[in-house]
Amino acid sequence: MSRLNQLDPTLVRRRLASDGLLIRTGPFVYRLRSRLPQVAEGLLAMYPLADSPEQGLADFHLRIDSVTGLRRWWRPQVNAWLDGYTPFLPLPADQAYALLEWAMNFCVAGHAHHYLMLHAACLERQGRCVILPGHPGAGKSTLTAALMLSGWRLLSDEITLVDRDTGALHALARPVSLKNASIDVIRGFAPQACLGPLARDTHKGSVAHLQPSALSVDGMHLTGRPAFVVFPRWRKDAETSWTPKGQAEAFELLARNGFNYSMLGRLGFELVGGLIDSSRCWSFEYSRLEEAIPAFERLAQEGAP
Amino acid sequence: MRPVWDDLLRAVIDPQSMLALDESRWDLVLRQAYAAGLLGRLGHLAQQQGIEQQLPRPVWHAMEAMLTLVAQQQRAVRWELLHLQRVLAGLPGPVLLLKGAAYAAEGLPPAGGRLFSDIDILLPRDQLDAAEAALMLGGWISEAREAYDQRYYRQWMHELPPMTQVSRGTTLDVHHRLLPLTARIQTDPAPVLQASVPVAGFPGFARPQSLDMVLHSACHLFHEGEWGHGLRDLVDLDALLRAELRSRGSSLWPELLDRAARLKLGRPLFYALRYCARLLHTPVPPEILSRCPDRAGALHSAWMDALLLRGFGSAHPGSQRVGTSVANFLLYVRSHYLRMPPHLLLPHLLTKAWMRWSEKRQAKEQAALPGAEGG
Repeated sequence: MSRLNQLDPTLVRRRLASDGLLIRTGPFVYRLRSRLPQVAEGLLAMYPLADSPEQGLADFHLRIDSVTGLRRWWRPQVNAWLDGYTPFLPLPADQAYALLEWAMNFCVAGHAHHYLMLHAACLERQGRCVILPGHPGAGKSTLTAALMLSGWRLLSDEITLVDRDTGALHALARPVSLKNASIDVIRGFAPQACLGPLARDTHKGSVAHLQPSALSVDGMHLTGRPAFVVFPRWRKDAETSWTPKGQAEAFELLARNGFNYSMLGRLGFELVGGLIDSSRCWSFEYSRLEEAIPAFERLAQEGAP
Repeated sequence: MRPVWDDLLRAVIDPQSMLALDESRWDLVLRQAYAAGLLGRLGHLAQQQGIEQQLPRPVWHAMEAMLTLVAQQQRAVRWELLHLQRVLAGLPGPVLLLKGAAYAAEGLPPAGGRLFSDIDILLPRDQLDAAEAALMLGGWISEAREAYDQRYYRQWMHELPPMTQVSRGTTLDVHHRLLPLTARIQTDPAPVLQASVPVAGFPGFARPQSLDMVLHSACHLFHEGEWGHGLRDLVDLDALLRAELRSRGSSLWPELLDRAARLKLGRPLFYALRYCARLLHTPVPPEILSRCPDRAGALHSAWMDALLLRGFGSAHPGSQRVGTSVANFLLYVRSHYLRMPPHLLLPHLLTKAWMRWSEKRQAKEQAALPGAEGG
C-alpha cells in the first residue's frame, strides 16, 4: 500500500480517469473517478498522506465529471454519481472539488448506519476527545481548523463516528471545510496551512478545504475516548466564556445533531447517554482564536478550561 | 456487458457461498445487492447462518448498516399499523395487510432484511368510502390533486389514489382489488377477503391466507412496469414458497394450482414458479409447471425469457445484458398493456402528456412573474 504522494501524479490522474483511484479515510475506502483536472489537483493537495490501495473492496464508488449536453460547454456544470446514480443537482464547474468533498460526506452520512453519526467536529489531545456540535455559521469549522493547526489530532470536521459496540470515536481525518471569512482567518492564523481549490458562490458562500495535519492522517486508525462536549458559538467581539451545560440539555442537543440518532432506536439513546456520561459539557463563546486555543489547551491538560 | 450476477444469486440461494467470495468480487456483489434491494437480505441470511463475523469487515459493516435501516423501517411500519388500526376500527372489515406490511407485521419469512416503501391494505369495495372518510379524519390526505387523476384511480384502478399521513409522512395504498378494474386478467377479490386470516399482534388486521399471498405477490410482480426491484420481489416469492413447502409438504403444489385456477391467476403463477426455479433454484417440480393453468406456450415463454431475464438484472450496470434498456422499455409498455385496454390507455397517456406539458408551461409563467421567487 502506498500513500498518494508516493505515487506518480500522472498515475493518479490516469487511475482517476479510468478504473478509479482508491483512497482510504479512516474506516472507509472510496473509489473515485473523475476526468476533471481540478479534482485531481485537489486530491493531490488535500490527501497527500492518505493510503491509496492498488485494488480491493471500496465502500463507496463516486464519480465527479462534467454533465453531458449543452452545459458541458456553455457555463459548464459538473455533477456527482454514486455508483451510477446521482442524488445531487449539477453545480458550476469551478465547484468540482467542493462537490467531491460534499459527496464524500453524503456517502458516509447516508449509508454508514453501523455507526452512530453526529453532525459534529471531533478532535483529540492528550488522549482526550472533544466533540464540537454546531450549527452552520457557529464557528465550529474555524475552531476545528485552528485546534488542528495547534497540534490537536483531527478525527473529523463534519461527521463524528461513534462505535456501536464500544462507544469509541472513529477518525476520518478528511479536510476541514472552511467558509467565507474563516478562509482568511485561518490563512492569517497559520500562513503555512495548505488550502485546496477555492469554490465561489456556492450555496454556502465561498468554500475552501484545509489539508488535515500529518498527525491526524497518521493516527486515523486510532480510536479516541470522549471526554468533553463543547457547543461553540462565534460572536463578533464576544469575550471568551465557558458556561457549564447540564447533562440533560447536552444530551438533547447532541441527539438532535445525530444524522441517524432515531434510526438506531434504543442503541442511539444508549450511545448518546454513554457519551454524555463520560464527558463534561460546556457551551463556549468566543471571538478571538488566540484566546480560544489556550483555553482548549488547559481543557486538554487539566480537564477544565 | 456480460451478465455477472451469479455470485449474487448464489449468495441468496446458498448463503454459505458468501464465504468463498474475495474482496474484489464483493466489490461488485455488494453494489448489485444494494441496487437490487437485497443487501439487507444478504445480511439477514449471513446472520441466520452465523457467518457474519467471517465475512470481510467492510462487507459485514455494509450489511449491518442496511439491517439498521431495515430495523427502523419495520419499527416504523408496526407503529404506523397501530395508528391505522385505531383509525379504521369502526369498519366492519376485514382489512387485509398486503405484501411488505403483512410480512413486517407478522415477521413472515420475506421480512428478514427487507426494506419497505409504503403500506398496502385491501378491503371490500363497499367499505371504501367509509375507510377513506376515516383516514382523512386520521390525517391521511390524497396525493392526487388533479380531478383527472382522482377519476383515473376511482374509475379504472384497483386502489384509491395514494394517501400520505400529514404528520408522519408515511404513504398508504388502499386497494379494493388485486388488479385494476380495466386489467386483462379479471380476478375476483371476494375469495381472498373470505379466506383471510388474522394477523398476530394486530387484532384490527387480517392478511391473505398463505397461498393467496404467493398469488398476490406473483400477480404484482408480473404486472410490474419498473423492474429495479424485480429480483427482490422474486426473492420474497421464493421465501414464501419455501416456508409453505416446509409446513405443507408437496401438497403445496396442487393446492397452489387449484387456488390459481379459482382466482384466474394461473399466468402470473406460471411466471413466478418458472423464474423462482430458474434463478433461485426453488424446488418446483417440472410437472407442476406444465400443469399450471393458463401457462404460456413455448414461443411466448422464450420471448418472456428474453425480456424478464434482462428485467431481473436491470438494477445495476454490473448485471445488465445487451438489450436491457430495450427490454425495460418493452416491459414498461407491457405493464400498461396489461393494466388497460388500448382504447382507454391511449387517451390516458395523451391526457397525462398534455397535463405534464401544461404544468411545465404554467410553472415557467409563474417563474417569469416579478417577485415570484420570494414566494
